[in-house]
Amino acid sequence: MTSASNDRAAGNAPLAIEYAPAPESKAVVNIRERYQLFIDGSFVPPLQGGYFPTINPATEEPLAEVALAGEDDVDRAVGAARRAFDEVWSPMPGRERAKYIFRIARIIQERARELAVLESIDNGKPIRESRDVDVPLAAAYFFYYAGWADKLEYVRPGPVPGPIGVAGQVIPWNFPLLMAAWKLAPALAAGNTCVLKPAETTPLSALLLAEIFQQAELPPGVANIVTGAGATGAALVAHPGVGKVAFTGSTEVGKQIQGELAGSGKRLTLELGGKAANIIFDDAPIEQAIEGIVNGIYFNQGHVCCAGSRLLVQESIADEVVERLRRRLATLRLGDPLDKNTDIGAINSAAQLEKIRRLSKTGEAEGGISWSSGCALPERGYWFPPTVFTKVEPAHTIAREEIFGPVLSVMTFRTPEEAVQRANNTVYGLSAGVWTEKGSRILWMAERLRAGVVWANTYNRFDPASPFGGFKESGFGREGGRHGLEAYLER
Amino acid sequence: MGSKPTSSGNGRLSVAKTRKLYIDGAFVRSESGRSFVETGPGGVAVNVAWASRKDVRDAVSAARRRLPAWSALTAYNRGQILYRLAEMIESRSGEFAELVLAQEGCGEAAARAEVEAAVDRWVWYAGWTDKIGHLAASVNPVAGPYFNFSLPEPTGVVAVFAPASLLGITSVLAPVMAAGNVAVMVAGERGSLVAASLAEAVATSDFPAGSVNILTGRQPELAGTVSTHRGIDGLDLSGLLPELRAEAESGAAGSVKRVFSEGAPDWTGLPGVSRVLSFVEVKTVWHPIGI
Repeated sequence: MTSASNDRAAGNAPLAIEYAPAPESKAVVNIRERYQLFIDGSFVPPLQGGYFPTINPATEEPLAEVALAGEDDVDRAVGAARRAFDEVWSPMPGRERAKYIFRIARIIQERARELAVLESIDNGKPIRESRDVDVPLAAAYFFYYAGWADKLEYVRPGPVPGPIGVAGQVIPWNFPLLMAAWKLAPALAAGNTCVLKPAETTPLSALLLAEIFQQAELPPGVANIVTGAGATGAALVAHPGVGKVAFTGSTEVGKQIQGELAGSGKRLTLELGGKAANIIFDDAPIEQAIEGIVNGIYFNQGHVCCAGSRLLVQESIADEVVERLRRRLATLRLGDPLDKNTDIGAINSAAQLEKIRRLSKTGEAEGGISWSSGCALPERGYWFPPTVFTKVEPAHTIAREEIFGPVLSVMTFRTPEEAVQRANNTVYGLSAGVWTEKGSRILWMAERLRAGVVWANTYNRFDPASPFGGFKESGFGREGGRHGLEAYLER
Repeated sequence: MGSKPTSSGNGRLSVAKTRKLYIDGAFVRSESGRSFVETGPGGVAVNVAWASRKDVRDAVSAARRRLPAWSALTAYNRGQILYRLAEMIESRSGEFAELVLAQEGCGEAAARAEVEAAVDRWVWYAGWTDKIGHLAASVNPVAGPYFNFSLPEPTGVVAVFAPASLLGITSVLAPVMAAGNVAVMVAGERGSLVAASLAEAVATSDFPAGSVNILTGRQPELAGTVSTHRGIDGLDLSGLLPELRAEAESGAAGSVKRVFSEGAPDWTGLPGVSRVLSFVEVKTVWHPIGI
């Protein structure tokens, strides 16, 4: 931040800046009328012949029809994956597998703009985020894990671990391409073959990834993509040919899957919900902390399992932080996801918008004070303005339940001990943030926070070399780094 | 109940020892007032406390209270406490050998060998407490100006179902403790005398009250309570009767418990570190680098 912007932040009048529209061109991507399943290296129609629409959440316009995979289609995909595992992928030398995965990473980089535009159209996220975060990180995950494929003997001491077999992977709609990369890259590097089920509302980038697999000449059956809703995912995780299940999504569904797999002997990793505390001490670098709070909860419209949705501020600076935060939020631009100046895109679906509205109403009914930035909402599409709740008590619904939207609950604390107690007072344990200039306090806090990722003086950073995953009901298993390979290797 | 009074042959009536539950550092009868009879050394009948669901809850409460202090000990300190238990078992090796002989039906030499192996295994795990970090921690080379590291931390309260042998019990309990967790161990129909004697060794070692809790009872009665208890974070099902495992795994899903369920192997081989690594949580910390 420049000193001029500091002066502005300290002043009273918010700075009004008008922007001309700066939309990214849609011409770079060719959206087809109808998409098929990707099984055994080919795009094939579903056996039962059903299709469902996917829409642009910013306009509510249908984008395409997508094949609805039934149990028989899942069975075909698992069968293809099994054959590819037995005959091609598992016997292949690691260095050859590595080169296929490197190819995929490279083609993602080459087709980055196309992927970013498609992701923003199907998901509603700002092009600035899909362009700068989702797509480059997706390429980075493939690139990182490609290098592991011929180094599995270095993952851990002891005998060289083998792959498990066919991995059934079910991913959410908030980072469609990136979650596909988190799942596929380590699984393929370890020598497994995959059947991936993208989320119902965001299937398109995974199907473009399937084209990239063809372009990379990935052997047929090594990675299969079956589109559909919950029933398709349920059929996949229940399929007896699947030896490993990886799920990212809600804690509710994660528990169902863990229960259904009981006694099956299948390996399971779960990356579930969160209700992260972002803790601001009175000695925090305040301008950076404000940016960290904004990034923590308004990044990707708050559709982030590790979002910093509970702001814990030390009491002595609480009023100042809330005031500065409101002033900052007033400058955020909400609207066309394809506009390069957009900060806040569309809520992904009507159902999610309804959930956010319902929980916000509950927050008000239970005594929280709601404040929203005054930005105008487009007439069509699903939108929710950046919202801050003050006067929130730990027992309030919005302090306990995951909203998965741009809604922040502010609470206060007096001592570090109280901050820890409040932060850990949740069934979740995915992530946490700590802001203070005192190094020893950062480590003291990091040691006590029951969360799988602790961001100190930063928030929402991701990297393929960095393990990610939850404590408690936020799930088990890690994605990223050497730890991320363990989920896809024999014990 | 039906234990037979015995005399030592010189007309003196011997004093039989009731085997109690070990909860929060104290030997207690089951709150249910129940006991069952096991055949001890020399064919002597021994009364063993028969734990109820409420005893499980008491043990979990005690474990949870102890967790913060136990997991906050240095790994060096915990290692010494595990080693101290090895010392206590070694000093009671005669008693353990008799119990193993009575409960596991092996020969005398085999019973002595099993006790020795159990002592050695506690020593082996004692040495792991401050080395798990070398296996599970990492400094992660992220693509940006951040210091990023990952460390293993204890999962929390872990319930272990005791296998039928001393070596099996050691092989499931020691890794849980080495990883810094607190434990509630449930011994079932077989091996209850060995488990109860281990409680006595634990009580005279340096394990603080509540860090290790040992219950004797009936697995079909207790498995449901243990697997669904929200105060339990992890389960080792190796010693659970096979027909109860699927239900326990299903119960674990209600609070996303970590479950280790890979059957009961031949316990004579070194079990490796997979159990230790199953009951740790890896935490990753990010911090920017700058001036």
